Amino acid sequence: MKTIPVSATVNGDAVEFLCAPDETLLDTLRDRLGLTGAKEGCGSGDCGACSVMLDGRVVCACLVLAAEAEGAEISTVEGLAQGERLHPLQRHFIDEAALQCGVCTPGILVAAKALLDRNPDPTDEEVRYWLAGNLCRCTGYDKIIRAVKSAAAEMRGDAR
Amino acid sequence: MTRYERIDRKFKQVGTRPARPDGVDKVTGRAMYGADLTAPGMLWAKVLRSPHAHARIRSIDTSAAEALEGVKAVVTGADFSLPEDEALRDVSVNCMARDKVLYDGHAVAAVAAVSPAVAKAALKLVKVDYEVLPHVIDVDEAMRPGAPVVQEGRSYENVPGGMSANVTSHCEFGHGDLDAGFARADLVVERSFRTAATHQGYIEPHACLAAVTTDGRADLWCCTQGHFMVRETCAALLGLDSSQLRVTASEIGGGFGGKTTVFVEPVALALSRKTGRPVKAVMSREEVFRATGPTVHASIDVKIGMTRSGRITAGEAHLRYSGGAFPCATVDMGAQAAFAAYDLDAVRTFGWNAMTNRPKEAPYRAPGAPQAIYAVESVVDELCKELGLDPLDVRIANAARKGTRSAYGPTFDEIGLLATLEAAKAHPHYTAPLGPNEGRGLSCGFWFNFGGNTCVTMNLALDGTVAITEGNPDIGGSRASISLMAAEELGIPYEKVRTIVADTASIGHSDVTDGSRVTFSVGLATIEAARDAKRKMCERVARLWGIDPEAVEWRDGAVHPAGSNAGRFAPMTIAEIAAASPNTGGPIAGHHEVNADGAGVSFGVHLVDVKVDPDTGSTTVLRYTVFQDAGRAVHPSYVEGQMQGGAVQGIGWALNEEYIYGADGRLQNPGFLDYRVPVASDLPEIDTVILEIPNPGHPYGVRGVGETPIVPPLAAIANAVSRAAGVRLTELPMSPPRVLKAILARG
Repeated sequence: MKTIPVSATVNGDAVEFLCAPDETLLDTLRDRLGLTGAKEGCGSGDCGACSVMLDGRVVCACLVLAAEAEGAEISTVEGLAQGERLHPLQRHFIDEAALQCGVCTPGILVAAKALLDRNPDPTDEEVRYWLAGNLCRCTGYDKIIRAVKSAAAEMRGDAR
Repeated sequence: MTRYERIDRKFKQVGTRPARPDGVDKVTGRAMYGADLTAPGMLWAKVLRSPHAHARIRSIDTSAAEALEGVKAVVTGADFSLPEDEALRDVSVNCMARDKVLYDGHAVAAVAAVSPAVAKAALKLVKVDYEVLPHVIDVDEAMRPGAPVVQEGRSYENVPGGMSANVTSHCEFGHGDLDAGFARADLVVERSFRTAATHQGYIEPHACLAAVTTDGRADLWCCTQGHFMVRETCAALLGLDSSQLRVTASEIGGGFGGKTTVFVEPVALALSRKTGRPVKAVMSREEVFRATGPTVHASIDVKIGMTRSGRITAGEAHLRYSGGAFPCATVDMGAQAAFAAYDLDAVRTFGWNAMTNRPKEAPYRAPGAPQAIYAVESVVDELCKELGLDPLDVRIANAARKGTRSAYGPTFDEIGLLATLEAAKAHPHYTAPLGPNEGRGLSCGFWFNFGGNTCVTMNLALDGTVAITEGNPDIGGSRASISLMAAEELGIPYEKVRTIVADTASIGHSDVTDGSRVTFSVGLATIEAARDAKRKMCERVARLWGIDPEAVEWRDGAVHPAGSNAGRFAPMTIAEIAAASPNTGGPIAGHHEVNADGAGVSFGVHLVDVKVDPDTGSTTVLRYTVFQDAGRAVHPSYVEGQMQGGAVQGIGWALNEEYIYGADGRLQNPGFLDYRVPVASDLPEIDTVILEIPNPGHPYGVRGVGETPIVPPLAAIANAVSRAAGVRLTELPMSPPRVLKAILARG
């Protein structure tokens, strides 16, 4: 099988890579670009552990072909913090104990940021439905919902 | 058991909620899980699995696969030892089939190749000649004489003759005169229940990276609940010395009991040994469902007698569990746990395990207890309803307490059942109004808890900060709890402690992270290691001061003269003692090695409101409150997290999750689309109330909290649904078609 050359932007950096025609974006990120933050929990788009942003949309990287990323802007959990400064979502996930094993956390953070980018003041129900595609087996979601809402409040500048 | 004094003292740091030390790694994507490590020259492994539920392997021809370009090795069952130890032998056969495949998904061969694509292509070239055999999937069918036999000759001596060879074991617990007890009852209810097999559903599939060198040394990186268990098991399966196999536990993406054994780890090691190159093996989700451990599925009869005033006069249960294609002792725990919440004069439980053509059971959070307690608590609720009694009052009246001879034998010490029941009774949830088609249910839960083999080393750095080295993977925040206990004991800030999970060459054998044992037993060993280090620091200071070690004492993170007679010396802090250590005898470390007992049993009570749609049979959970005794909540956020997470796994078990088999014996739903675990939008908030009834077996009163919370949801929700639907549900999961059928049959 011939490989395909792809140019894209990942977390703000220009990258070029060769991929097999049937290679997923997730495999490319993890195995070619060394970005192992996105996880493969199912490989079928059911668990959301591989969620990344592709041109402003949340996608399951396991359902996107790497070749489709030509010219695209991709961001992953590795791009969430600004240098030493964690994103408010990341801080609130730690403060609210919104992770136990942490393997779903990268995907949930990416998805939650996408929610807050378009809806800075979501209700509980809106957070729960937005994150319905991200499975967490440890927490029962309670603390995740709280962390997203308290991060949103901080980002809006509300007094806590 | 060591009984600790002063466990109810005031704490400065235990009970606070600091940031977990691995938090930043886990929110930035930096934490390394099982599949995240690569090595130069690495090969990829893929496993060929049986398409049949039961078949004899006539032959396996691997020549075409081996000839494919890029394939470096193929292994089959012949590449693994069959240890004499029965349990290890079963693990070996489960990792790679020998003469028979015993379930759909059973591994038969594995390939190592230069890429996953080549490995996958090679699997298609492995030719397996199968003789398909009749199969059996259901536990009750498997127990009938004449059922297809999964394995011959596996029954223990206590199984009476004349039963199917699938029946591997029998157990019996209890005391008192059942007949007299039932004769005293005003009402006796007898019901049969069934529960489906469910999967732990950890989001991270099993994954490892193995590297074996030609001189017999091996390194293994894997996601596991116990890397020492992985070392012992893999060493036995591959004929290695344990000391030559160093296992490093990666961060672990959930386990819940499912990662307390091995699957791909010995396979990757065998392939690495054959190729001389590092080999990475990562399971797909489908493989996880088809080939790793689900729970038992169960068929249970319960009979309970009660007086008009709500006193239980006798309880009896017959439990038939299947742990899949191998003998399995999980039914013993179910038979012991069934009536643990009650103080009974007459109680008897009987357990049977039968083999079926399903994957080998792996523990799932309080293994065996949820099914048994679901059946018992359903009957108790039915009795309360029939007799017009308050279900909480009845449980309070019959509750086991300190001094109760438990249904499974031991007499209880300090336990928190009554306190949790009373907290539930006082909570506003219990008296909140309900609307039409809504129902409220409750259930008690119980787990034994466990201590076990544990090692901790506490190393003092020259600047007076502290490293804790321990051997149990951190599955949900245990590094934070262990650091808190070390900081508390030493009187130094939490931030001055770093806890690491060491590889198998760097700390002594530590049992698997299971049985809710880590905060209890690693915490206990940490506190004792800190006390050991404090004794040594006292000796060093006494030497510096030229006085007896008995003449100094440890107070508030420093060594002081014990009294005015000891002399006038300025106290020395840990930092000062550490800085002076090169001149007082060298480095300072504390150790503790223990096979801990005194874990202290755990009780909880769950309260749930549901709404059942009478037109579709669909259930919505409206409100949920968990009450549980934590002994001492070291980091309350992670205690709450265990209570919430366990409750939600139980909600999934009660309402949706099940292994579904076709007539061909193949698993029909090996994916998260069709095996539906709860998602955020299915659920309400999970409210928590932590009780703290200190456990006298731990220096700070800690008892394990992780497993109990999965036990009550099954019955609590069944009781709520039954009251909402006006008909008793007796089979899990209570999926919409099943509930609708019951509603229609009710008329």
